[in-house]
Amino acid sequence: MSAATATRVPSRSFGTRVADLLKRRETSVVIAIVVVVALATSVNRSFAFGSDGFRNLLLTPSLLVVLSVAQAIVLISKNVDLSVSAVLGLTAYATGDMFTLWPSLPIPVVVVLAIAFGSVLGAINGLLVSVARVPALVITLGTLYIYRGMGIAWVGSGHINPSDVPNSFERLGVASVFGIPILTLVALAVVIVVAYVMGSTRSGRELYAIGSDEDAADLYGLRVRRRVFFAFLSSGTLAGLAGVMYAARYVMVDSQAGAGLELQAVAGAVVGGVAIAGGSGTVLGAALGAVLLTTIARALPIVGVPDFWQQAVVGVLIIAAIVLDKVLAIRNVRRLAAERERQLEGVA
Amino acid sequence: MAEIDDPSVVLQLRDVRKVFGPVVALAHGSLTLETGSIHALLGENGAGKSTLVKIVAGVYHRDAGEVLLDGDVVDFRSTAESKDAGIAVIYQEPTLFPDLSVTENLFMGRQPLTSLRRVDHARMRAEAVALFDRLGVPIDPDRLAMGLSIADQQVIEIAKAISLDAKVLIMDEPTAALSGHEVERLFTIARQLRDEGRALVFISHRLDEVFSLCDTITVMRDGEYISTGRTADLTPAEVVRLMVGREISELFPKTEGLPVGDVMLEVEGLTLPGSFHDVSFQVRAGEIVGLAGLVGAGRSEVARAVFGVDRYSAGTVRFRGETMPVGDTSASIAAGMAFVPEDRRRQGLIVEMGLARNLTLVLRRTLERFGLITTTREYTTATEWAKRLQVKSGDLDSKAGTMSGGNQQKSVIAKWLATDPTLLIIDEPTRGIDVGTKSEVHRLLDELAGRGIAVLMISSELPEVLGMSDRVLVMREGEITARLDRAEATQEAVMMAATRHEAVA
Repeated sequence: MSAATATRVPSRSFGTRVADLLKRRETSVVIAIVVVVALATSVNRSFAFGSDGFRNLLLTPSLLVVLSVAQAIVLISKNVDLSVSAVLGLTAYATGDMFTLWPSLPIPVVVVLAIAFGSVLGAINGLLVSVARVPALVITLGTLYIYRGMGIAWVGSGHINPSDVPNSFERLGVASVFGIPILTLVALAVVIVVAYVMGSTRSGRELYAIGSDEDAADLYGLRVRRRVFFAFLSSGTLAGLAGVMYAARYVMVDSQAGAGLELQAVAGAVVGGVAIAGGSGTVLGAALGAVLLTTIARALPIVGVPDFWQQAVVGVLIIAAIVLDKVLAIRNVRRLAAERERQLEGVA
Repeated sequence: MAEIDDPSVVLQLRDVRKVFGPVVALAHGSLTLETGSIHALLGENGAGKSTLVKIVAGVYHRDAGEVLLDGDVVDFRSTAESKDAGIAVIYQEPTLFPDLSVTENLFMGRQPLTSLRRVDHARMRAEAVALFDRLGVPIDPDRLAMGLSIADQQVIEIAKAISLDAKVLIMDEPTAALSGHEVERLFTIARQLRDEGRALVFISHRLDEVFSLCDTITVMRDGEYISTGRTADLTPAEVVRLMVGREISELFPKTEGLPVGDVMLEVEGLTLPGSFHDVSFQVRAGEIVGLAGLVGAGRSEVARAVFGVDRYSAGTVRFRGETMPVGDTSASIAAGMAFVPEDRRRQGLIVEMGLARNLTLVLRRTLERFGLITTTREYTTATEWAKRLQVKSGDLDSKAGTMSGGNQQKSVIAKWLATDPTLLIIDEPTRGIDVGTKSEVHRLLDELAGRGIAVLMISSELPEVLGMSDRVLVMREGEITARLDRAEATQEAVMMAATRHEAVA
């Protein structure tokens, strides 16, 4: 084939862009969220329109959104961070404890210190995974128990009470700006920043590459260990931020704060289209997945679904998301193979 | 031959050496590349070509010798360093990121950035389109790399090399998986790159392709540099002679002139698209048939299909006159076939299990009573076989993984012989085994044939094939290209059939 006969690749038209948008996982998750909210609201108007309804609709998912985004970073690099919930618990308690120990410390300093504490815990994960080269599932399962154990040793049966924290900090958890809760704005900022980093910087794109094929990444000369370390560092940092958000929102913090959230964070990311196998999915998708999960959890009791089935619905959703991915992937491979056959026949 | 200070010499390797433990992968690797030429690097399996390439690419670090780029000594510690120096390597299996777009694959790790350190997606895409235009290939830059044909993946690797402005482009068996017109397209691109003044290295087992594409040929053998010459001054026959060159010095304990019995295995028209095509042969009782060819010629695939590990789409396998079902190893074992696979650690032994358990694994049915196997019964059988084959292992309980390669191989053979087979298929019987044990394995094979067992032996070592076989079948790209009697089977004849179409006798 000569250069003269080569077909020029057309630039992407508006039509194909719209078609692509409709095919994206983010679109279907948004539709699912709208359907759930509409259903719940039709049963009980206050779900979306009540004075607290609208605020809760935005506020409740914000914590899990941050955790799912953290999880997405790690999942995309074909790792997993199960310790996020324990990191959240520790930093949440540390936040409250700092207020009781040093009442004079300004709130921003406490917030920064708590987040930095999360970074340190994330860095430990990162070092163990990238230097010791032990699978992340094992490492973070271990640190999940260790961090939680540290929390129990430190907190014991005690807990942080609303009286321990300054009123201005407590207000952060419920206050709104222009009708939008501050915590929601924080989560939104996290989504925007991380989506930018993962989508449009070298470090982000390289994490996708590493997750897609680590051996190839090595051959490309990418600094695999370093990138993976920073993925865990970021995950820990975001879990630290989530800890601060937890302290501000619930104020009551005990040694079990956030228990079980790690799997919800994974679930959110997976439902939002982040593949466990690494290399694909978006930060926005993970965030939307987290919103969908929390919204469903709130909507089901209103619609009248019994407790038992609420958990099962979440499970069905996760499995459906993965099966859907698999089916789409198989269909895609078949389509590409067929395309190739046609091309070969065309040449012959 | 170009001298060192010749300005046209871009890359030179002098006496480069690489050792892995006790194995010398490359003893004296030498290569001189000139700009604006396509250089063929030829040699048998294990001649050291890939090791040499990986040293140039920075994957391995050399133990001795010199690598000069533009006259300066270079010392690559990573693939990134060699890439920065202008060396691009295209491996046989292209390494792309399946989940990323074609464009991203081209620029990963060196994406153009805007002033805010943002990846410049638009510029990347425009450059990708320009590259594919220049190469004359219609590849959609936005599609994912997943599902691309090997040919298109290679084009992407080449595009990557061009965008890096690589001075040296090394292609390791790029045509192995390509169809005819895809090879033509690749050659057109290769010539175009040569005419731009780049130096290309082309590794291939297809001599006809080498002679039509390359200007210079360097031959390697057993990790040593042998010779370099202009293609115009060489003939395929000379090149083959250089490649095999060695004398067969090892002695093989082959008992010749034994009576050959009835046809035990009869394979007819066996076909699996992409692996092998219309393969037919017979193996008689008391006969060792050698299956020769280069790595990837489809020999192991045929063996696996015959034994029933893999399925095949057409053809028949008849064993002792009975047509065997497709893809049923249990039926094969029951009928009296035994299969010693190539990768004994992964497919032949359960390395975590003790020797005795390994030896009796395929005998579970005959050893069991009321569904139970007693340790005593297991050990009685195992001890007997370990003794017969002189498997040295302190204890029948010692884990199979801790034994030497030779003892492992003998254990796998013992395991199968305990089933009292009438056909033994053995894939690379002596790979990775020390010389002493090697001849023990050879003696064992000879003894088995003497007892009337039909043996089908796959081997990449020419001396072994020639020394042990009563008949030699040569495969090339999934087809049998030559059937040679013991008397006709010379190194040259086998190598010719393994590398060229025309050699079909």
